[in-house]
Amino acid sequence: MARTTPEINASSMADIAFLLLVFFLVTTEIDIDEGINVALPPWSDVPPPPVELNDKNTLTVLINSRNQLLVEEELDDIDNLRKRTVEFLSNNGRNPELSTNPQEAVVSFKGDVGTSYETYIQVYNELRGAYNDLRNDLTRKKTNGRVSKFSDLDRATRDSILIEEIKFEMPIRLSEAEPTKLGK
Amino acid sequence: MLGHFKRKKKGTPAISTASLPDIVFILLFFFMVATRMRETEIKVKSNLPKATEMEKLEKKDLLSYIYIGAPAESYQKEFGSAPRLQLNDRLATPDEVIDFVATEKAKMRPELQNAIIIAIKCDKDADLGILSDVKIELRKANALKVTYITLKDDKKNR
Repeated sequence: MARTTPEINASSMADIAFLLLVFFLVTTEIDIDEGINVALPPWSDVPPPPVELNDKNTLTVLINSRNQLLVEEELDDIDNLRKRTVEFLSNNGRNPELSTNPQEAVVSFKGDVGTSYETYIQVYNELRGAYNDLRNDLTRKKTNGRVSKFSDLDRATRDSILIEEIKFEMPIRLSEAEPTKLGK
Repeated sequence: MLGHFKRKKKGTPAISTASLPDIVFILLFFFMVATRMRETEIKVKSNLPKATEMEKLEKKDLLSYIYIGAPAESYQKEFGSAPRLQLNDRLATPDEVIDFVATEKAKMRPELQNAIIIAIKCDKDADLGILSDVKIELRKANALKVTYITLKDDKKNR
């Protein structure tokens, strides 16, 4: 009679595997973070030249320690900021008080040490949003509506010349000054 | 003769669970592959603000995280409630950022070291003072690519 090996009871294998599974489920982070990208200027010991506040090619945005917004020396609301920035950037010399063209227009932005991060991000988000909206408009125009977002352009067309062209026509010139120290 | 026609037992037949371990193992392997371990315990509050203009950060090997916020409740006795920053697993002061960037760069492959992205996870209630101190140190450390991690704002769909 042939000797048969006794069968190993595998019913507890499921339990062991479940245990491991639960461990990995708990320790897992699958979600990809999303963030607003910023390029910092290189450090230099020489202080940067002061921004000319009354220049028509500069849009000054200030936030104080009580999270109030001052745009071109008048109090304003965050909800209006994107519209105003778009108007300022895409003016192209029509209104003599706003920018002559997007290449020369600068958005100068300054907070205070007491400004809350939430307000800071909201304001930054609106300013970036204005640039992104204008770049999206350009993308739509140049692709005849095929691509509606600048960020999808690379994946959709692989046309690096077109991307550079849009970046040249609508450069992001968002300068951020050191916060004032009034709030502390 | 009657023995041949024994009544079959009624009732539902038992479902074979022999393949259950296999199914679970497949799930297990999926999670093992898709997992990134939480390396550090976050000791500061990090209620992220909401925004709309962010991009997905897919190059995880370039990212180094800095957390900014008031210390979590269990650490407030020790560290107070003023906003602090956390590097790796300990609370630090802004002047330690340069060393932190240097060690993070040393961990990366040489050709990627200048592409390092500092991801800042900052609490909504933190103030701009500490953030600006950190940014000055980052500029001194020549880590110029920074990204503010935010949550997606679903209410505003522009």
